[in-house]
Amino acid sequence: MNVLNQMKLSFLSRSINESFARSAVAAFVLPLDPTVAEITDIKTAVSEAVTNCIVHGYRDSEGTVTIDARITDAGKVIIRIRDTGVGISDIKRAMEPLYTTSCDERAGLGFAVMQSFMDRVAVRSSPGKGTTVTLEKTILRIPYDKRRSG
Amino acid sequence: MVDITFQDGIMTAQLYGEIDHHIAPKIRGLIDARAESCRPEVLQLDFSAVSFMDSSGIGLVMGRYRTISLLGGRCEVVNIPPPLQRVFRLSGLGGLGVLR
Repeated sequence: MNVLNQMKLSFLSRSINESFARSAVAAFVLPLDPTVAEITDIKTAVSEAVTNCIVHGYRDSEGTVTIDARITDAGKVIIRIRDTGVGISDIKRAMEPLYTTSCDERAGLGFAVMQSFMDRVAVRSSPGKGTTVTLEKTILRIPYDKRRSG
Repeated sequence: MVDITFQDGIMTAQLYGEIDHHIAPKIRGLIDARAESCRPEVLQLDFSAVSFMDSSGIGLVMGRYRTISLLGGRCEVVNIPPPLQRVFRLSGLGGLGVLR
């Protein structure tokens, strides 16, 4: 599996950047010729992950959110979203639908949305060090010149 | 963001654009302030002009469902565009009978 393209993005953990982040990732994926539904899935999942960094990772502070996105020759999009905030002590619990530690109006559906909209979601976290969420989705568009005729 | 109208006991919040964690609290403030003053029987949240929504939109609906119930009214969600339907399905809000 070779990496065909890669981009890296870092920005301050301010909520105004949520829209910028999901739009930037969507624009990066566009050359794969995704359907509107696939783009919506990716934008929604990225929005959830970035919001988690801002609301949970850096809840009482401001920090940097980093996104690393790759496209492989198998049509797979791999998006890594990372903060160096407080981290998650119980990842299993954090991923349960409707579970939230926020007292604001959060539905507790962030990970449920990511899992439902992407092929694979992986979470790595250490308390005090931060959290990395990796999202994967395969967008299968075989270019005409690479199709086998027989 | 949101345009709000009130007529014959029905308050309609016409939402538009993108709803995320940045925008949702602003919409919430506008809807709650107006609901406090006009005490509607029905709060209708119209999603027809919403182009993008993550789970912050679900939090917004759940919160309005609660506040409008406390004010003695009921909440309805109408005109959900197809791209947003998946998020609504995941939310389980259908079980509350608010989705029209």
